[in-house]
Amino acid sequence: MDYEVIFTNIHLYIEGLWVTIQLVFLSLVCGFVLALPIALLAICRSPWIQIFPKTYIYFFRGTPLLVQMFLIYHGMGQFEFVRESVIWIVFKEAYWCALIAFALNTAGYTAEILRGTIEQTPFGDFEAARACGMSKSTMYRRIILPGTFRRALPAYGNETIFMLHGSALAGVVTIVDLFGAAKVVNSRHFVPFESFITAGFFYFCLTFIIVSLFKKLEFRWNAHLRPRKV
Amino acid sequence: MFDLHGYFPMILQGMILTIEVALLSLLIAIILGLIGALSKLSKSQIARSSANIYTTLIRGIPDLVLMTIIYYGGQIQLNNIGDFFGWDYIDISPFIAGTLTIGFIFGAYMTETFRGGILAVSKGEIEAAHAFGMNRWKVFVHITMPLMVRHSLPGFGNNWMVLSKSTALVSVIGLHDMVYNAGVAGGATRQPFTFYLVVAMLFLVITGVSDFGLRWANRRFSVGVRRA
Repeated sequence: MDYEVIFTNIHLYIEGLWVTIQLVFLSLVCGFVLALPIALLAICRSPWIQIFPKTYIYFFRGTPLLVQMFLIYHGMGQFEFVRESVIWIVFKEAYWCALIAFALNTAGYTAEILRGTIEQTPFGDFEAARACGMSKSTMYRRIILPGTFRRALPAYGNETIFMLHGSALAGVVTIVDLFGAAKVVNSRHFVPFESFITAGFFYFCLTFIIVSLFKKLEFRWNAHLRPRKV
Repeated sequence: MFDLHGYFPMILQGMILTIEVALLSLLIAIILGLIGALSKLSKSQIARSSANIYTTLIRGIPDLVLMTIIYYGGQIQLNNIGDFFGWDYIDISPFIAGTLTIGFIFGAYMTETFRGGILAVSKGEIEAAHAFGMNRWKVFVHITMPLMVRHSLPGFGNNWMVLSKSTALVSVIGLHDMVYNAGVAGGATRQPFTFYLVVAMLFLVITGVSDFGLRWANRRFSVGVRRA
């Protein structure tokens, strides 16, 4: 056991930690923005509209994140028109490729969570909103979606943790995130056990911070579901 | 675009390996899950807290990191122990490391699923079995287990779906599964997108077939349940 090396390289881990947090946060935000319209399309009654969001969700939930990331990182270079257009600036950077893959992936999962929760909205909510004379958009904006976000919170917390764990894949495509930092330390000093355990420790702490954050959010937003104090 | 230049058999070979890893690790996960669930529900404080540590640790660390810890780190630790006892050099193959890690990770998720399933078995059934003079082992094998299956099937199915996709990670530690082979074929033909897309489709086939099988199992195990 040689933890001296870890302490001399701790700055690498700290930088990696920052990259991981960035990646997870940005992909969650982008993923959520994407997921909302997908979920709303998926609850449309028309089978012709439903087919697009359903296929999207099916593809991104049915294939591994690693393959999705490779499709974008390694795969995009296959096409001449991508390499010659302006968007190649984006696709030649590992960071953006990973971010796009993560965002698309989490959008699929989040859309499925939102779709499920919207469909479970009690019918009375719709009825009451309509009885108040709300238009469809007002009804969704003021009644259905706020209720949905509340009820989706526990499942979304799990998705956040899955995204954090999935983000370790960024280390595979040369990005120096937490896992990437562990890889760098290992290749420089050959301390496989110590270097990866340290990364694991950081991930573990991050997971617990996220869990407690979501507990706080649930405590606040789902106050009406709290067991009553006697 | 779908000219595979004769690399398809290689991808299929990788798919067989992927399925092997998935099924073997599922077996490990089921065994660990049962042990974990029973320890979580046992009266012994030591069993309960060790199961709790197991599930929290596993669920807090990404699977990729755990896999590298076991594959790279486990090798060295094992040989350190081996040196102490005077064993020969032990080589953990990526297959064993990958299978063990995935089994170990999903054992933690199975623990929670099975624990929920066991708790959902109604108390009357267990009491009735005890009243028939069955001992605890017999009650578990003949009553709790079969009834638990139905309650844990949905969670079990979810775990299996996530597990089968996690097997893609073994390509990172150098196992020649279908993702790895697609990388080789894609590099050789300069068509990585095509090959990774094929692999993605094959994963959809695996999940599609499992979904079908799980639905069948769900019907089979819920025969005695009335539905509105």
